[in-house]
Amino acid sequence: MNEMIKKEAPMPTKAERVDYLVPPVNIHQDADGYTLEVEMPGVPKSGVEVTFEDGKLTLTGHRTGRGEEGYTYRESSESDYRRVFDLDPSIDSGRIEASIDQGLLTVHLPKAEAAKPRKIAVM
Amino acid sequence: MRLISYKPQLTPWSPFDRMASLRDLLDSAFELASSGGDLNGQRGWMPPLDIREDEEKVTVTLEAAGLKKEDFDISLHDDNLTISGERKSEVGKREGESFRSERVFGRFSRTVTLPSQVKADGVTAAYMDGVLTITLPKAEEAKPRKIEVNAE
Repeated sequence: MNEMIKKEAPMPTKAERVDYLVPPVNIHQDADGYTLEVEMPGVPKSGVEVTFEDGKLTLTGHRTGRGEEGYTYRESSESDYRRVFDLDPSIDSGRIEASIDQGLLTVHLPKAEAAKPRKIAVM
Repeated sequence: MRLISYKPQLTPWSPFDRMASLRDLLDSAFELASSGGDLNGQRGWMPPLDIREDEEKVTVTLEAAGLKKEDFDISLHDDNLTISGERKSEVGKREGESFRSERVFGRFSRTVTLPSQVKADGVTAAYMDGVLTITLPKAEEAKPRKIEVNAE
C-alpha cells in the first residue's frame, strides 16, 4: 500500500525543494541567432551551469557564500539563480556559447546553417 | 510566431510568494503613480544593498550586474555613504529584434547611514562578479575596547 502511494505521487519532500531567484533577462535576435543576457550578480565563472536537454536550456547560477554572519541590514538573497527556456529547434545546440562578466551572463544561441535566411539568386 | 517561450513556473509554487509578488506589483503601481509615471520607460532601479559589521570594519555590498567600475560613484559624508551609478542601455545599438526586455537600465543612487564611525581615508572599494564591495575601517573610538581592571 505504501509502495503504491509512493509510485503514484512522487511528490518532492520539503527538504528537496530549492527556491531559486528568477533573474531578469533580455533576449535579442539577429540573423545569426539569439543572444540572452541574464543578470546574476554574485555568481563567479565557476558558479555558472548551462545545460541543454530535451530542447530545454537551463541556466543556473550558484553564488559563492559570503557567510551569514554580521549583517546589520540585508536586502540581497542567498538563493541561487535559475531560468529555463524552451529552445527553437533551429538552434544549433552544439555551438551554444556562454560567458559571464561582472555578473552578467551572456549566452549566444546560433541558428543552424539550414535555418538561416538565405538569398536565392534568380536564374 | 514565437520562437522561444518563457516558462514562468520555474520555482516551486508557494501561495506566499504569490502574495508577495502581488504586493510588489501593487507597490510598484503606486510608486509609478506617485512619481508621475515615466514615459521614457526609464524606471529607476534599486540594486540590493547589504551592510555587515564586525569589530574592525563595516562592509557595504551592492549587487549590480553588468557595470564597469568607472560607472560607480561613491561618496562619504560623515556617516552617510552614498553609492550612485549608471547602467547604460545598449538597446538600439544593435541590429535585429528584441524579444524580452526585463533588465532595468539607467541611474541609481542609494544612501545609507553607517552603523558606526569610520576612517574616511581608509575606505576601499572593489567590483567583482557584479558585486560592489566597500570596506570601511572603523574609527578607533568606534572599536570595542577592553578595559583593564586595575587592582589597587
